[in-house]
Order: sequence, then structure tokens, then C-alpha cells
Amino acid sequence: MEALLDPLQYGFFQRGLIVATLSGALLGFIGVYIVLRGMSYIGHGLSHAIFGGFAAMQLFAASFYVLGAGLWGIASAIAITNVARRSRLGADAAIGVITTASFALGVALFARFGSSGPAFDNALFGSILGITNSQILWLVLVTAFTAIVVFTRYRALLFTTFDPEVADVSGVRVGRTEALLMIVLSLAILVTLTVIGVTLVAAMLVIPAVVARMLTDSFGRMLVLSTIVGAISGLVGMYLSYYAGVPSGTMIVLVGTAVFLVVLAITGVRGMRRTVGLDSHAAPNVKAAIRP
Amino acid sequence: MAPSPLIALKGVDAGYRHSLVLHGVDFAVDHRSFTGIVGPSGAGKTTLLRLLLGSLKPASGTVERAPGVAVSYVPQLETVNWNFPITVAECVQMSRTGRRLPWASRAEHAEVADVLERLGIGDLGQRHIRELSGGQQQRMFLARALIRQPQVLLLDEPTSGVDISTRHDVLHLLADLHDEGIGIVLTTHDLNGMAAHLPDLVCVNERIVAQGPPDAVITPDVLEQTFGARMEVLQHLGMLVVVDSSGPGRLAG
Repeated sequence: MEALLDPLQYGFFQRGLIVATLSGALLGFIGVYIVLRGMSYIGHGLSHAIFGGFAAMQLFAASFYVLGAGLWGIASAIAITNVARRSRLGADAAIGVITTASFALGVALFARFGSSGPAFDNALFGSILGITNSQILWLVLVTAFTAIVVFTRYRALLFTTFDPEVADVSGVRVGRTEALLMIVLSLAILVTLTVIGVTLVAAMLVIPAVVARMLTDSFGRMLVLSTIVGAISGLVGMYLSYYAGVPSGTMIVLVGTAVFLVVLAITGVRGMRRTVGLDSHAAPNVKAAIRP
Repeated sequence: MAPSPLIALKGVDAGYRHSLVLHGVDFAVDHRSFTGIVGPSGAGKTTLLRLLLGSLKPASGTVERAPGVAVSYVPQLETVNWNFPITVAECVQMSRTGRRLPWASRAEHAEVADVLERLGIGDLGQRHIRELSGGQQQRMFLARALIRQPQVLLLDEPTSGVDISTRHDVLHLLADLHDEGIGIVLTTHDLNGMAAHLPDLVCVNERIVAQGPPDAVITPDVLEQTFGARMEVLQHLGMLVVVDSSGPGRLAG
């Protein structure tokens, strides 16, 4: 018990714990849609793309870096979605170019001009140090926005995830729904970036969702379980990060991986069978692809 | 007097990107339609279905729809991700896109139960979609289409990959829906098992080669124009049977 209470006497740890738990839950929640749409690669690319905006904004407008990097992230998300929708052939390569170029730009800016905000390493691997109240506020706002979007657009999101072509002819605005999801995803990556780290965010989008998929055949239950697994990974990972003295993002991902291995051992072949098909890349929207 | 069409294609050319698949198509669907679209792969069957559906815009010509016409679509079973975490009831409910809240209302639960019952899968609502047989999967998608109360039902290869007994079931089910006043248009590769049993056929090969009842359309000349191969048409117990005239002997040859 002492081991649990001791770190809580420090304000930085309290803030870190709140942010890590909420970040894990948020990424776990959105990760369900990302994984079921076969968009894990896009999530990975987007986190790297946002890093470029993060670095540029730190340099030119440190006080507005959340806003600036958010806009950069949304622009990257829309570019990625358009590339993915227009042509399946070469889409992966195009996404790779857009996102790694943005990432490289971020690295170059950090190397040349240094940083006036959270350090370079923190952005890459996550850190519990230096978390401000405004970062917590942003995280809470994005989490609330995500919950509202999913709550009010639940069926449209589910329909477009399962069967975009039929959703389109059933009155769902597929393009708009996909754009909304990409905006939510980029905002979630942005506000979790400093704790989880740009290189590890994609793992927290994927691991909780895959664990949840191994445990259930119901979409609703998968959303709940993935959120819980993400939150637990954030909470436990934070404590382990404190005691082991390693970046928070690495520990959070390692805890998530440990949960994955335990669930895999329990569910066995049945669990593995349920995850079949989760590794395909995003198929372009059929309507867009067949446009004459 | 012929009923006014619910969907009418007039002089339509359509295709994908820069290549046209269909040329000069005139075709109409009304509530009495029970039409099968037949043709070889790449002939434009699915393109014609997508024009009717509205998911593909014509390159030229017009597609006219009656105001407020409700069209539902049943996809090919092969195109579905059967590992998606969803139950039969959730799958049927999702097409009720008008409701904002995630959970179904009591009336919706009753409606889903009714339509599943009507299609003979009333006890399978809580099953995962992967656990259904081919015929049950087809019924589930019919339920998802019917809950939207369509005037026109479009089906892409509804008997592809199912056994003979399921094919019979699907055919009878569609005949019942047609009797209830729903216009039905489907694509099929199956000339003997499916097309020959429908009251109206459209033979397509980049254009409409012929349209009419099987007796008028399933002829060696029309089939040759449609499929590019000579076929014989036999009568067996009052049914038309199409036989490939090239026969297996030539291959063994």
C-alpha cells in the first residue's frame, strides 16, 4: 500500500497519473474504431506527422503549440484520408512519405533550434515530468469531445466501420463520418503525445483494442473493455515508470503488452481466431474508388 | 397500364475513372419488378446495380428516381468481414440510422425481433454473425434491408457460394417479398439454378443485349452475344437448362 501511496505525495506524479490513466482510456476507446477499420498503420503515421507540427509550434509559438499542432495534425489526417481514399495502389507509400517527412521536419527543427517547451525525448517516449494543468484540461476536453462524438454518431460510426458501401446508400454521410473520426484521432494523439510519446502512441491505439477483441464478440463490450484495458495500462505503467525510472510511455506500452500476453494465454486459439483480419490496411471508400 | 417507374435509367453510360463499362443503358424498376441481371464477369452487372443504388453516378444519360423512393441493398456474402465483433441483432439495428442514441429503443427491439422472426431466424438475434450458416447470413442481411421498409430491394449475387437448398430458400423468400409489393433486382452468375426461375431477365455485356422472360431471353443467340460462347438450351421437366456446347471433350482433347 505504501508503494501505491508514496508517489502520490508529489504533485507531478498526481498529474502524471491522471493524464496517463485518461490517455490510456482515450486511446483504448478510439483504438477500437482504428483497429476494426484496419487503420493501425494510419494511426502510426499520424502520430509521427503530428510530431512535425508539435516541433514547429514549439519553435514559433510555444504558447499555442496545442492549437498549432492540432491544426497540423488535422491537416495531416485529411491528407492521409484523401490519399487512402483516392487510390489503394500506392496509398501506403504516400502515407509513409507524408508522415515520415513531417516527422523528419520535427526532428530537424528540434536539432537546429532546440526546444522551449517539453523536451525532444519526452515527445518521443513520453514523460510524467512537467505536465501542466492546461495539458490536463486539454486532455479532459478532448476526451469529453470524443465521448460526445461517439455517443451521438454511434450507429453511423459502427455502420461505416462494418460496411461503408451499404452505409453510404443507407443515408450515412460516410465521408463526413470518416473525417470526424480522423479529427478525433488526431486530437487524441496530440493531447496524449507528451505522456505516451510519439513513437508509442500507435501501440496504445492497437493493444487495448486487440485485447478487447480477444475477449468479446460484441462491439459495445469491446468499446468498454478496450477503454478499461487502456486505463489500467496507463495507471499501472505510471507507477512502474516512477519506480523503474524509465520513460512513462515505454512502461505503459509494456504493461499493455503484458495484459495482451495474459489474455492470449487465457483465451488461446479462440482469442487468436477473433483477431483474424484486424491487420489489413484501410480499404478505400468504395464510392470514391469507383467514381468514374 | 404500366406502373410508373421507381427508378429509371435513360441512355446511361457509366464506368470507373476513365473507362466506360456500360453504354446506352435504358432500364426501369417498379414495384412489380423481379429481375435478374446476368452476364459474364466484367460485363457491367454490378455497375448497373450501383447505378440503381445511387452509389455510382452516370458519365452521361440520366437516372430518375421517384420522390422519396426507399432502396435497400444486400451485399455479396463474400465481401463481408465475418470476423467483425457484432451480433445478428446489432447488424440489423445499425441500418436504422435515424436514431441518435447508441442503444435501441423498446420499439426498435420489437421491430428487429419481428423482422428476424419473419425471416425464420428469430432465435439467432444474440449470435455472432460468424456463427450463422450461409442461408442464415443471407437472411440476416435481408432483415437489415427490410427493416428500412424498402420499395426496391437490390441484391448482389444472393446465391453465390450457397448450397442448393439455401438457394431454393432464398429464391422462395424473394418471391414472397415480391408478392408483398417490393420490386426486386438481383445479379447472378447462375443461369440454371437462379436466372431460369425468375420472371424477368436482363442480359448484359457492356450494354443491354436483351430483356424479357426466360423463354424469350435464354436462347443460344442471346447467350452467345452475352457470354461470347455458344451454348445449347434444353427443356427438362418444363425448365430451361443451359449447356455449354464446347463440352468437356474439347478440353480432354
